[in-house]
Amino acid sequence: MIIPLLQGLKITLTHMFKKPITLQYPKERPVVAPGFRGLHALNVAHDRAKCVACYLCPTVCPAKCITVEAAEDANHDKYAAKYEIEILRCIFCGFCVEACPVDALRMTENFELAGYTREEFVYSKERLLSPPSLDGRGQGEGEVLK
Amino acid sequence: MGYEFLGLPLFYYLAMFAKVMVVFAFLIFTVAYSVYAERKIIGHIQIRLGPMITGWHGLLQPVADGLKLLFKEEIAQSQVSRFAFRLAPLVALVPAFAAFAVIPFGDTVEIGGYRIPLQIAAYYDPALGRVEDVNVGVLYVLAMSSLGVYGIVLAGWSSNSKYSLLGGLRSSAQMISYELAASFALVAVFMLSQSLSLHKIVADQAGLFGWYIWKQPLAFVLFCICAVAETNRTPFDLPEAESELVAGFSTEYSSMKYATFFMAEYANMVTVSAVAATFFLGGWHGPFPPVINFIAKVYFFLFCFIWIRATFPRYRYDQLMRLGWKVFLPLGLLNIVVTALAIVL
Repeated sequence: MIIPLLQGLKITLTHMFKKPITLQYPKERPVVAPGFRGLHALNVAHDRAKCVACYLCPTVCPAKCITVEAAEDANHDKYAAKYEIEILRCIFCGFCVEACPVDALRMTENFELAGYTREEFVYSKERLLSPPSLDGRGQGEGEVLK
Repeated sequence: MGYEFLGLPLFYYLAMFAKVMVVFAFLIFTVAYSVYAERKIIGHIQIRLGPMITGWHGLLQPVADGLKLLFKEEIAQSQVSRFAFRLAPLVALVPAFAAFAVIPFGDTVEIGGYRIPLQIAAYYDPALGRVEDVNVGVLYVLAMSSLGVYGIVLAGWSSNSKYSLLGGLRSSAQMISYELAASFALVAVFMLSQSLSLHKIVADQAGLFGWYIWKQPLAFVLFCICAVAETNRTPFDLPEAESELVAGFSTEYSSMKYATFFMAEYANMVTVSAVAATFFLGGWHGPFPPVINFIAKVYFFLFCFIWIRATFPRYRYDQLMRLGWKVFLPLGLLNIVVTALAIVL
């Protein structure tokens, strides 16, 4: 009856001298693993979005969070006049990136997606084209996010 | 320095006042920082960091917590019994501090030609050539530690809330049950020292092997477990069983009144640690200067309290009562009988 109690005390005592696995979050940031699926970004080629508005991403999206509206530009090319991702519904599965035939979409390492209003969570084409620079965030000295 | 009052030099009274101030300041500091130490130690045991933001490694956390609680709005619901409601936190806190009056935390020191014993309620009698302290010190300590129960009962009753009442009842039942077993453990010690004076009990424990823990190991273990139960700490923290009783007797309390109960819990821990160090670990005897020895022993007990809290789950209420009345009480009595036989033979 006594020995298990002492064993328990021994375990807690040894744990006390282990290195804490927590991060001092706003100061220390985790280094995210390769292949991390954070906020989406639209890829750019020749100063314009590569997206050809083929509708494969909204079709494959299981959360139905992508809205695309196609239009025709001066060269009679199809392009996305509207490309919106509602990040509150997004499940970050990455199917949209996999489905894209022209490599127009990628996922960044940005995981800090908090906002104050509902509108902030609907990412428009402009915001997806210019992902906010991580200003060193996501590249902290901390451990790899497991 | 020639003035006398009630047959004692005035300097003795000044010294006593100084001792009260120093001990009180030290106690407040220890109480505040034992809360910090608890959060920090439990954090590290759970492989976390604990408080880190306020000050270097969170060292100012107790100050921040204290200020926050001080400035919080006091909420007392309309049906409380006002007088008792306000009195209860103080009744819980004061006895915990008051018990320190008789605890010797060091040998005598010489200041300005007078020998001053490091014990609040004591003076050095040059005529007899020995320290005179409260000759019923043990009873005083037991009385003070029992008085704390009144604060909890009052809080539970005056809050006029079922959770408070049940929490208060549980708490007082638990404290009274374990008080008995703890007292029995101490009885064995003062049977050996043949004195109720704490100064004499400590003086008898000179040398590492003079400590009463070697002569009374069972009493020591009994006292330690009962001390945890008496201070309502894990694994015996049933009065604060959140899932059943919200926050027990302190449910209706807010702001500084709540903080006072919180302080009372930690002050009780410090007091019980000091009593354990005095009775079983030779008080101020040890390798370092006397006061340091005493403080080290008290802090060791405080660490054990926290360590135990981080390790064990809570007892069930019936298990708790069974343990108190059917295991510890008979063991305490047995210990007294064996000690008595050993003294007589």
